Amino acid sequence: MKGSLVIVGFFIAGIIVGVTHLLPPMSSLGNISYITLCALIFLVGFMIGNDAEIFKKFKRLNRLYMLLPLMTIVGTLAGCAITTMLLPHRSLSECLAVGSGMGYYSLSSVLITQYKGAELGTVALLANIVREVITLLGAPLMVRWFGKLAPISVGGATTMDTTLPILTRACGKDFVIVSIFHGFIVDFSVPLLVTFFASM
Amino acid sequence: MLQIILIMAAGIATGWLLRKRSFKFIDTLLFVLVWALLFFLGVEAGENPAVINGLKELGLEALLLSVAGTAGSIALAWALWKFIRRKEGGKQ
Repeated sequence: MKGSLVIVGFFIAGIIVGVTHLLPPMSSLGNISYITLCALIFLVGFMIGNDAEIFKKFKRLNRLYMLLPLMTIVGTLAGCAITTMLLPHRSLSECLAVGSGMGYYSLSSVLITQYKGAELGTVALLANIVREVITLLGAPLMVRWFGKLAPISVGGATTMDTTLPILTRACGKDFVIVSIFHGFIVDFSVPLLVTFFASM
Repeated sequence: MLQIILIMAAGIATGWLLRKRSFKFIDTLLFVLVWALLFFLGVEAGENPAVINGLKELGLEALLLSVAGTAGSIALAWALWKFIRRKEGGKQ
């Protein structure tokens, strides 16, 4: 819990710095967040390689975990379909298109802006950033309440890159392979599903 | 995406080559980098006018959609988790 609060603190501090322009624009710092991410991914790999038991653990992993991407896609679309009832000015396909972003906000917002205009594109941008933030901040709590698959599922398309380090911490090293497999499959589904629902 | 996979593979190879030694500081380093990443993601979101200006009008709608999608995926992931636990528990 304390760990989550510290993370929230850093994120909020970042937003304040961004809004008030206390730092030079991020673009002038040359992709610093991407470089940080790469360092994190390298460390996660290092931890896997450094653990003598890890490859045995992978072999023992239940094959049923491969169903998780399907759970993520069906669960997300079902949730967004229900939301249509609360948003009378949005059609079912619009809600499903936003939901299909599954945390991949850059790609989904660009695609939706192209098909449906900037307003829905902005909704997709915000909704999918929020989803990523929920994963980053809520992962430890989700593990406690709903088991180790819940935060991976919520992470959607981001579980093989942006949220992987946090998920490794929250779910343990044994679930790194589930997280990567899940992110890989969901990542591929995003452009297909978003385009499908946005063009309806 | 290819770049991410290659970086991870390089990490695995390095970790494997150095597996005889223990690295206690990795955990701390991971924490610090996660904090840095979250801070930078926050700055990027705060700097983006589409995010900040959109929040007022479209924020509630976006929040509703992301919470609903999150809840749906948690429900099914929880069901799969319980199903696998029960099966594995039955075998032992």
